[in-house]
Parts: sequence; structure tokens; C-alpha cells
Amino acid sequence: MQLAKEVKYLIHKEVLLEWRSKYTINGVLLYVVSTIFTCYLSFVSLGDKLTWNALFWIIMLFASINGVSKSFLQETKGQQLYSYILASPAAILISKTVYNTLLMLVLTTIALGFYTLVFDSFTPPDLMMYYIAVVLGSISFSTVFTMVSAIASKAGNGGMLMAILSFPIIIPVLILLIKLAKNAVDGLPWENSYDEIAMLLVVNVLVVATSLLLFPYLWRD
Amino acid sequence: MKKTWWKILASVLVVYTAIAGLLLGVPRLAILNETIRNLYFHVPMWFAMIVLFSISVFYSIKSLSTKSEIDDMKAVESVNAGIIFGLLGLVTGAVWAKYTWGQFWSFDPKQNFAAISVLLYFAYLILRNAIDEEQKRAKISAIYNIFAFPMMVVLLFVLPRLKDSLHPGNGGNPGFNSYDLDSRMRMVFYPACLGWILIGYWVYTIRFRIRSIENKQQHN
Repeated sequence: MQLAKEVKYLIHKEVLLEWRSKYTINGVLLYVVSTIFTCYLSFVSLGDKLTWNALFWIIMLFASINGVSKSFLQETKGQQLYSYILASPAAILISKTVYNTLLMLVLTTIALGFYTLVFDSFTPPDLMMYYIAVVLGSISFSTVFTMVSAIASKAGNGGMLMAILSFPIIIPVLILLIKLAKNAVDGLPWENSYDEIAMLLVVNVLVVATSLLLFPYLWRD
Repeated sequence: MKKTWWKILASVLVVYTAIAGLLLGVPRLAILNETIRNLYFHVPMWFAMIVLFSISVFYSIKSLSTKSEIDDMKAVESVNAGIIFGLLGLVTGAVWAKYTWGQFWSFDPKQNFAAISVLLYFAYLILRNAIDEEQKRAKISAIYNIFAFPMMVVLLFVLPRLKDSLHPGNGGNPGFNSYDLDSRMRMVFYPACLGWILIGYWVYTIRFRIRSIENKQQHN
């Protein structure tokens, strides 16, 4: 119960901090929009629906690395110490993950809307399933990147380390996501995608469980 | 003798499989022909790699609780030895693929995932280099190692089954054991696996001893 209370309070804190500055959300939003726009200027039109899908996930990948890595890299040593005194490590990790998931959900939804608006040559026939892929993508990106950004911030060598450490871990997830999204793009019936959805959920549970086990060790200095 | 019997066993087994693997009879199959012998040299590399990475995870977990420098050195040296076997597995697979699939690297899912899982461990080594402070390095790299291990398992054993692959045992292609691993091949294949795993373990113990001597010299 204590944990649930702490998590609730910490999420409230994160949202409040973000609401005051609106730095991350606006920054990443501008990042996504300008990336999509750059892609549009260089591609002009995407003839192939597979390219349409792949490009969207690549943009999402980089946007979420930028957005989620803020969560630990941005905090100063003092802030980390302060929250270490106040809350349990599990609560901190869970609250960061949940907050990042919320952030990514907002971001990816807006990005998907803008993406279909700019590259309007194609819309997935099964939008519902595509959106489920996007939701699962936001969840997986935030669970993986939250933990990796905690590791990278402790190693004290921000940006580059974040990319090196997270890419090999996120690639299997990304492959599953692209496969699921491709099913939606091809308009396949739902039965064909249960494997991927289940697999993504399993991977997420795995990542969250190992993170929860390992984070207390990482947090202590 | 008591301590070295397994090293002798390993050498005998590997020499035996090298000779027997090239000379003993194998079933004649279309396309594969004599390249089926690669089974004795390619598959044991992956077994040795998995064993070494498991040793590494074991010592990473141990070093988190004991905070001992020795456990950390064991973890990193088994990763170093495991990466050698991973690269050898990629190379033997690529050479085999040249003669059966026509290209060294045809971006087959199995090849890609194997390459990514090797990348994962290169990332581990780079993470180690990025941190100067020894205890901090031990702790953070152990955490990354444990975090990465389940992902490697997913990459190597789960994902290739979801994709179509030309690799034997995947995507509807029969695995070697289901149709042609007859008793002649078993007599070479099992000793080869055991032999290479033991050799891998031996490489790791030697590397660990070198590193601990270097470490002692640095501290004196």
C-alpha cells in the first residue's frame, strides 16, 4: 500500500514538473514534427506501404530515445539523492516508467496523426490494430529506455552510451512491433497477430521484472 | 592429474571431432552434400557461447551481492571468451551459407539475430570502458549484463521461430536432428559439443588467471 501511495505521489510530481516547464513534451513534439517534415521533403511521396510503416517506426524509435532518456539523465545528483531519501527504489522506477508511458502515448498519438496527415498517400486499413501496435510500442519503448537511461545516467556518459546500450535491446522489440504494424497495414485478420501481441507483452513483463529486481542495486551509490 | 583431466578430455575430444568430423561417413543429402559436416563445427560454437555467457551472468549476480572484484573479473572474462565463440559461430555459419544459400550474408533472421546478440555483448564491453571507477564499473556493468541476458535468450531462441528463416530447424525447414542425425553423426556431434564447451571454459580460466595476475601487479 505504501508503494502504491509513493508511486501515485511520484507520478503526480513528474506530471506537475512537466506541466510547469512543458520542456520535454514540446521538445520531443517539435523533434517528431520536424523529423516527419524532413522525411517528407526528402521522400516527397512514399510509394510503398511497407516503407511507410518502417519510416514511422524509425522516427518513433529516435523520438522515444530522446524523450525517455530525459527521465534520469536530466536529473541532477542532488535531485536523485533527495528522491532516494524519500521513496523506495521500486516506487521511483515504477513511477518513471508509468510517467514515460503516458508521455509516449500522448506523443505517439500526435505523431501518428501528423504522420498520416503528411504522408496521406496511404492509411492502414485496420487503424484500430495499428493503434494497438502504437500503444504497445509506447509501453515497450518506455519500459526498456527507462531502465537503460538509469544505467547510462549512473555511468555518467549520457547520450552516446544511451544509444549503444539500448539499440541491441530494443531491436527484438522493434522487429515484433514492425511485424505487428505490418499485419495492420496489410489488413490481415486479428488472429494472425495474437502471437506478436502476446510476445510483446511477455517481453515487457520480462523487462519490467528484471528492472525491478536490478534497480535497487543500481540506485544505491 | 586430478585437476587437468578435463583439459586432456577436451583436447582429445576436439582433435577426435576434427578428424572424425572430416573423415567419417555422413548421409548424402541434396544441396547440403558434404557441407553437413559443418554441423560439428558450427553448432558447438553457439553451445560454448551460451555456456560462457551463462557463467558470466552467474558471476554478475554473485558480484552484485558479494561486491568482490574477483567475481567481476570472472564475469568480464567469460564474456570475452564467449564473444570469441560467438564470432566463430557467425563465421562458420557464413562460410556454410556461402556454399548452400549462395551468399556469406543473406540477411537471414537467424544470422541477423545472432549478430545483434553479439552486438549486445560488445555494448557491455564498451559500457565497462566508459566507467573509470572500479567498483562502480563492476556494479553497473553487472546490472547491464543481467538485464541483457533475457534479451539475448529472446533473440536467439524465440524470435527466429516467429520469422521465416532458411536456417535448418526454422521456418518449416527440418532440423538436422529430425531426419538425418543418424548414429554416425551423433557419435561425432555430441563429443564435439562437450569438447568445445570445455575448451571454452578453459580459455575463460586462462584469461581470468592472466587478468588477476595483471590486477595484482597493478595494485603492488
